[in-house]
Amino acid sequence: MEYSFSLYVTGQKPASRSAIGNLQRLCDEHIPGRYEIRIVDILENPQVAEREKILATPMVVRQSPEPIRRVIGDLSNTDKVLEGLDLLQAAPMSRSQFGGSLT
Amino acid sequence: MTEHSIGGKVQTGIAGFDHIAFGGLPRNRNTLVAGTAGSGKSVFGLQFLFSGATMDDEAGVLVAFEEPPGDLMQNVRTFGWDLEKLVRERKLAVVDATATVDDEATVAGTYDLSALLVRIEAAIRAVNAKRVVLDSVGALFTQFDDGGLVRRELHRIGARLRGLGLITISTAERVEEDGGIGRFGVEDFVADNVIVLRNRLDGERRRRTMEIVKLRGGPHYKGEYPFTIDLEEGIAVIPLSAIQLSQKSSTERMSSGVAELDEMCGGGLYRDSIALVSGATGTGKTMLVSHFLKAGFDAGERVLLFAAEESKEQLARNAAAWGIDFGKAERDGLLKVVCRLPETMGLEDHLIHMRRDIAHFKPMRVAIDSMTALERASSMKSFREFLIGLVTNLKHLGVAAMLTTSSAMLSVTESATEIHISTMTDTIILLRYIEISSEIRRGVTVLKMRGARHERAIREYTIDGTGMKIGATFRNIHGILGGSPTYMFTPGLGHDVRAPDRHNELA
Repeated sequence: MEYSFSLYVTGQKPASRSAIGNLQRLCDEHIPGRYEIRIVDILENPQVAEREKILATPMVVRQSPEPIRRVIGDLSNTDKVLEGLDLLQAAPMSRSQFGGSLT
Repeated sequence: MTEHSIGGKVQTGIAGFDHIAFGGLPRNRNTLVAGTAGSGKSVFGLQFLFSGATMDDEAGVLVAFEEPPGDLMQNVRTFGWDLEKLVRERKLAVVDATATVDDEATVAGTYDLSALLVRIEAAIRAVNAKRVVLDSVGALFTQFDDGGLVRRELHRIGARLRGLGLITISTAERVEEDGGIGRFGVEDFVADNVIVLRNRLDGERRRRTMEIVKLRGGPHYKGEYPFTIDLEEGIAVIPLSAIQLSQKSSTERMSSGVAELDEMCGGGLYRDSIALVSGATGTGKTMLVSHFLKAGFDAGERVLLFAAEESKEQLARNAAAWGIDFGKAERDGLLKVVCRLPETMGLEDHLIHMRRDIAHFKPMRVAIDSMTALERASSMKSFREFLIGLVTNLKHLGVAAMLTTSSAMLSVTESATEIHISTMTDTIILLRYIEISSEIRRGVTVLKMRGARHERAIREYTIDGTGMKIGATFRNIHGILGGSPTYMFTPGLGHDVRAPDRHNELA
């Protein structure tokens, strides 16, 4: 998938739920059909948090395309999320831009 | 281990600290160690973890916020602490909470630091930790803009760790040596205990002190205590007045090395007493020290000499001139001479080294020649602390000691060193030049002898190939110590001014 996100949350808190909801909504609006989201609950996988050196949650990491980008928070501030994940320029792609290899 | 717990407190393993903290740090409490950059905060924390893991079988967790854990561990290798090994042995777990290089995270909405707490708790479970060190929490404030949130989260983490029955040490950076405790108001987070480390310039030397500002749930010693960061022990606090001087004093006597002097002291020096020998240059202080040591090693006792002015070879040559064989005593393992130039290190370090030498060699007698040389290399304040630290240590061990000081003037009065030392010593022996009838002669007197009668006379002494020869009393002269002897010509007694054996005298 073109866009790949890891969303780290800590338990089923309101902030976790709204982060998941907000990310899905924004992706559907800006990059529909071109993304995948992997949700990781730190409470169940503390070793992942250690490996990824995560302190703050919720946190979304754009794993691809590179460069890696991170956004912290429940993603309620839409402008900041779009800016942080660099989704503003991610207008639906034309064949001329990507040589037609992707839809 | 139970023997390391005193009244619910846990020993930190930091030399001297447990004493001023009345036994150590209490469990279920958080301690803030605050200090400026380079004040030894991280060393304090890592020493706490290292000694817990190696001496008390208490595993620990290191949460590194500022310096990467690898660097922290590398820094303390010089103390011989192999923290990597402890990690391999699962006695230490590490949480790397330093900022990553690419940590340009955008903030978009509310967040918290639950992930950090989860990681700390996972590390605690992994090694069954009893001790946690957060070093240094201030770095979190530079990672996250929302200071209020960081404070709140630190508070939450602190409360959580307290609930787990752990001892937590958090370090925090201070901007100035005086003034507020923490830079970011983190003292709220660890309100239980607060320790401040300082590193001030005192004269031309750095002077480190440690102060327990607050210790919840128990008494502690107040005020600043000097400490040093030593290559063998890490942080070592010098407890000073905190050492109880309640040791019962011995009534057993020992020889000073000069029979007549023993007589003047009313039968010798006390076995655990500290004698001060004061005299101008050339009056024979080093000679008296040599006699004192000889009396020890001749009786099969181990004796230790700290020399601050002369080399080992010079001391041995001097001793040989008085018929005292240092070389043989050294070969027999009864004499150890430690020559350390005063200027090579701070007095705090001198004290730590001397205490270690004493602890290793276990002497019955210790001599320091001279205290004046040590004083020259320090400020008055640190000299006083050095003195207290040394004297209390000697008293604690019940070791007999002879300290020398040089009088600034040839015959009269006390030097500043003596004013400090004299209150702490049991016996004061004065060696003085005395001018009588245009002739320089030498007089000895015992000015003070704690808890015993002693002769108050001033006796003449000479120095020859067997050392010190104490003769008769200067009689019919008064004002000797004041520097201007006056003669009293009482008929029939005037001849006593002359002393015997003066023709053999060495210069």
